[in-house]
Amino acid sequence: MPSLKTLRTRINSVKSTRKITQAMKMVAASKLKRAQSQAEAARPYAERMERMLGALATSVAGSPDAPRMLVGTGRQDVHLLVVVSADRGLCGGFNSTISRFARSRVRALEEQGKTVKLLTVGRKGRDYLRREYARNIVGEVNFVGKKRIGFEDAAPIAEKITAMLAAEEFDVCTLVYNRFKSVISQIPSEQPLIPASIPATGEVAADVGPKALYEYEPAEEAILASLLPQNLAIQIYRAVLESAAGEQGARMTAMDNATRNAGDMIARLTQSYNRQRQANITKELIEIISGAEAV
Amino acid sequence: MAQFTLELVSPEQLLLSEQVDMAEIPAAEGDMGVLAGHAPMIVALRGGVIRVHEGGRVTKRLYVAGGFAEITPERTTVLADMAVPVEQIYADSARSRVAEAEAAYLEAAKGADVEAREAAMAKLLAAREMLAAAAA
Repeated sequence: MPSLKTLRTRINSVKSTRKITQAMKMVAASKLKRAQSQAEAARPYAERMERMLGALATSVAGSPDAPRMLVGTGRQDVHLLVVVSADRGLCGGFNSTISRFARSRVRALEEQGKTVKLLTVGRKGRDYLRREYARNIVGEVNFVGKKRIGFEDAAPIAEKITAMLAAEEFDVCTLVYNRFKSVISQIPSEQPLIPASIPATGEVAADVGPKALYEYEPAEEAILASLLPQNLAIQIYRAVLESAAGEQGARMTAMDNATRNAGDMIARLTQSYNRQRQANITKELIEIISGAEAV
Repeated sequence: MAQFTLELVSPEQLLLSEQVDMAEIPAAEGDMGVLAGHAPMIVALRGGVIRVHEGGRVTKRLYVAGGFAEITPERTTVLADMAVPVEQIYADSARSRVAEAEAAYLEAAKGADVEAREAAMAKLLAAREMLAAAAA
């Protein structure tokens, strides 16, 4: 049985841990709110971009000189995975889930005999994937020290991918990130970036009706050439924001659990502390009484 | 006067969504005035100022640094790379943008890449428009 003093120090240390996890939970909750509203603010742009792209893609589709960003290189040999994770830990299974998901994707692709390249966004995912796939990582980006992730932070990632595509360094590009389903659940998901996934023609026609015959100024190809990189950037921005919101959600849940566990632990320790104290008192009483009887 | 919906969105937020009489849009191949019932068009934008007309007066001026616009008879959607109300532009920051763009252009002009030079030129012109808007 541990002594009273060690129990007391244990209780105090667990108490201060609880204070910290509780504070972290509150911070995560307020950051979550901000991240969510930021993700929501980005939605209208992405929706309208999709609508425009749908209209354009339908009119360009099938032409032999359609931009490579839309149709890919026509091969499937080299895959580029863009893995979005968090920069910080202490958020439950958030980072390991996405990293494990990415790893299983890499494995599946390599089994099919494809070459896989990795571009990591966020520090934790890089740290994890570096152990096994250090030679596959072609680039890394992180947002360490940034209070708020803006569009101008996501754009360089898209530029990098565009440059790699121009240099024919990959054929297929997929984005792997934690989709924000709710505060307590984030789902690792993948989204094809190149070749671009364009909403089905039927959807677009239903939206704009028979008047979907746009005039273009400048020509369709020229607009598409500048619209596609922008769309790439927007999709990455969106994924980064979702992942950021998910990270805060995961941290909030993890810290809530930690706070609860610390509370349970304090209760258990306090009980054994009291029991120990009572045992000591009883022992002393017995000693006194038996001493008195002996006299 | 018939009105139409003008929406202005940047990647970070929805800046404007309201009924207006007319909008002047800085399209890549010249400014265009959009009224209700305009033929459907998709245009690229250069850097410039969008002027919103209501009741015969300019009620809002917003600077956009390039982007796209989708025009339909009853709705116009502007997707801007960056958008700010003109009142919120500071002449100093606009001036430093112009200086930056000029330096970038000089750099690009040295190279043989025509596309890079044109992109730098477009940026420079957009920055100059911004400065002009701030001064006006």
